[in-house]
Amino acid sequence: MLTILFDGIAYGMLLFILAVGLAVTMGLMNFINLAHGAFAMLGGYITVLLMQRLGVPFLACLPLAFAGAALLGALLERTLYRPLYHKPHLDQVLFSIGLTFMAVATADYFLGSSQQMVQLPQWLKGRTELGEGAWMLGMGHYRLFIIALCAALTVGLQHVLTRTRFGSRLRASVDDQRVAAGLGINVNHVFLGTFAVGSGLAGLGGALGAEVLGLDPSFPLKFMIYFLIVVAVGGTSSITGPLLAALLLGIADVAGKYYIPKMGGFIVYSLMILILVWRPQGLFVRKGGR
Amino acid sequence: MVGAQNSLLQSGRWRGWEYPLWALAFALPWLLPRQALIINEIAIVALFAVALDLILGFSGIVSLGHAAFFGMGAYAAALFAKLVMPDPLLGLLVGVAAAAVLGAVCSATILRGTDLTRLMVTLGVGLILMELANKLDWLTGGADGLQGVVMGSLLGRFDFDLGGQTAAWYSMSVLLVVFVVARRLVRSPFGATLKAIRDNRLRAMAVGIAVNSRLSLVYTVAAAAAGAAGALLAQTTGFASLDVFEFHRSADVMLILVIGGVGWLYGGVTGAIVFKLMQDFVSGITPQYWTFWIGFFLVVLVSVGRERLIRPWTWWRRAATGGKT
Amino acid sequence: MSGGEPVLSAQGLVMRFGGIAATNNVTLNLARGARHALIGPNGAGKTTLINLLTGVLQPTAGRIILEGEDITNLAPDQRVQRGMVRTFQINQLFDTLTPLETLAMVVSQQQGLGGKWWQALGASARVIERCEQLLEQFHLTAVMDQQTRVLAYGKRRLLEIAIALACRPRVLLLDEPVAGVPAGEREELLQTVAALPADVSILLIEHDMDLVFSFSKFMTVLVNGTVLTEGAPEQIAGDARVKAVYLGHGDEINDAIAAMGSRHHG
Repeated sequence: MLTILFDGIAYGMLLFILAVGLAVTMGLMNFINLAHGAFAMLGGYITVLLMQRLGVPFLACLPLAFAGAALLGALLERTLYRPLYHKPHLDQVLFSIGLTFMAVATADYFLGSSQQMVQLPQWLKGRTELGEGAWMLGMGHYRLFIIALCAALTVGLQHVLTRTRFGSRLRASVDDQRVAAGLGINVNHVFLGTFAVGSGLAGLGGALGAEVLGLDPSFPLKFMIYFLIVVAVGGTSSITGPLLAALLLGIADVAGKYYIPKMGGFIVYSLMILILVWRPQGLFVRKGGR
Repeated sequence: MVGAQNSLLQSGRWRGWEYPLWALAFALPWLLPRQALIINEIAIVALFAVALDLILGFSGIVSLGHAAFFGMGAYAAALFAKLVMPDPLLGLLVGVAAAAVLGAVCSATILRGTDLTRLMVTLGVGLILMELANKLDWLTGGADGLQGVVMGSLLGRFDFDLGGQTAAWYSMSVLLVVFVVARRLVRSPFGATLKAIRDNRLRAMAVGIAVNSRLSLVYTVAAAAAGAAGALLAQTTGFASLDVFEFHRSADVMLILVIGGVGWLYGGVTGAIVFKLMQDFVSGITPQYWTFWIGFFLVVLVSVGRERLIRPWTWWRRAATGGKT
Repeated sequence: MSGGEPVLSAQGLVMRFGGIAATNNVTLNLARGARHALIGPNGAGKTTLINLLTGVLQPTAGRIILEGEDITNLAPDQRVQRGMVRTFQINQLFDTLTPLETLAMVVSQQQGLGGKWWQALGASARVIERCEQLLEQFHLTAVMDQQTRVLAYGKRRLLEIAIALACRPRVLLLDEPVAGVPAGEREELLQTVAALPADVSILLIEHDMDLVFSFSKFMTVLVNGTVLTEGAPEQIAGDARVKAVYLGHGDEINDAIAAMGSRHHG
């Protein structure tokens, strides 16, 4: 049971890194971006290709996955996303679905539809076991690595948000765009930077997740609902909300699939619907927040 | 003031060009017998799109899970034909009823929250149904689907032949009936209150409209109509499979509606025609191409602006700022 | 204020947002047939009070009684069906509908036809008649077939008020009805409102002091979410605390007092 908890936490932290960019950009630009998963997929494929074709070591691929996805994110934000910020949500949904379809079809065409395998370095394979019997905690080293890396990133993100100038500009723009602009904050730069970093994190998450979640062209569509759950349940007014939501989701999914395999994703979806009907603004939003 | 009454009634009247249009549509399976199958498909998809228009175009509910009701209708009708009796019209009614019940139940979920919340719960419902259909494989045939749905004759006289002509006429008739009903609905005071809810929910409440019950009602009706489309699909193709619940179906029907134009019942019909014909043509080349080009089309459509797409002369002019006072 | 039960009574209303009390123990009684003005500096909580009365906000504490019935827990649309209607400070219109369609829809709803789905919107002669009457009254006949979103601001404001009247209100809450309306048209708009039947009880929020003093027979002054004082206009005008609160607006009040001396009250 402890192992399930551990695996759930690893899964949850991974989901958090994947979805945090979406949460922040949704709160910042009020833009429903269903194409977020495509950036994750890009990061995953960058990693796989670099490792398989060029023999780049796994750890080196991670920052490259981040950079690649961030770059593409910056490019798309500047050219395609920016003119659409004030359009109705239906248009944003259609647009991002369109981008997703393009990404999925491109991946399918160039890289085939089969699952990609990631060869983890030796030191990340293996498992440590503590305790015995029902209380045994089996910690896969890779999952340990994921938890450690994601926790570090989370701390880093919180630091940037609360202690840097960029962070305070970001928070100001989220609270009230017009006033922030009136204060001299270059809102366009904030958007660009945030979108790029958010997409980069998604790419990093995709690279990390290739081993755990699988990687194939349908990745963006398969996991879209999970990212959206993290954002909708966790709210967009902080990063602790999505963190808690992601952990909850991760643990619920892993536990559900283990204890009641017949029901599969059924539990997660039903839980999500119940939560959203009960608290449409999300579980972890402070009163009066968006 | 005759002007006021005329003005209101004018927009609801059937225009002269509509009668020959429908007459031509009904003549098509006879004129082009080898295209009967695709005509049938177009009629079914058009019905699905009209159903979605009721909530998306006229009531402003963004839903990415309308395929849930489509699929419900399909499986209900297929199971009815296999397990009870193969009468097509009764099966259709069963499909409609099943979808309507599901719609009524789900309508509670779309009433609260933002567009994102609604998007998610509708998506979630679609996914749940797909899971259910998958897991309850003793009933639904699981991933293999329900095969061998053989229909009896329509009205006791018309058999469903392999050529598909009966199917095409059957589907088109159902489409026409639903179309006429939908048209009366949107031109009525009830329809006007739906548009009011879409345009300004706050003010709609402030003039005494019970928003939640109105939305629940139209959601149920839209679900029933989608169920009819699903039932037609199962009955005319002879089987029901999991892909009736797929996300692709919900996304495609939304796209169809957007192509043809939302909030204008003919939008669903024209969108269906354009979409299906294009799909037939492009898919012949490669399936992947289709997904890519559809995605590309969506990106262009939204970037250029939905209203401007059908007016090419506006593409190079800067978008006029709609003044909001 | 004439004797008898108030038609609308807000008792001890409190509205807290987090730590802030936007409305702090407000009691307000609207008499039958009242011409009652609610004034106060910006941020006093006037619109919040209207939102509480109409059900857009749920009070943290307090009750609201309409015609003897406790409506505190009723939804906004239920309150409208009991005759309490409001207008909005910022126009809340239906942009894709025309004024004619808008009014036809509201009148149909008010006449109980809102649920009819089989007949056309323009089929009922009674509805048409009432629409024509309202269009005439608010000078909207010429633009009745134009989409609301293309209308000029003045017309939009008129439509805003027309919609409220189409609901046949027994209690009418007007939130700054002449805001943004050019000076020449204000009189006209207020005359239309003043011409309402005597049994319609009106609560008016306004900043235009001329208007307030010429229109109202009773005034409540709201400051920082609490009632500072209330009474007849002359009383309020002479109240030193009110003048102090309106620092910088003391001149307006003095002028209005002077003007009042030479004006007829209806």
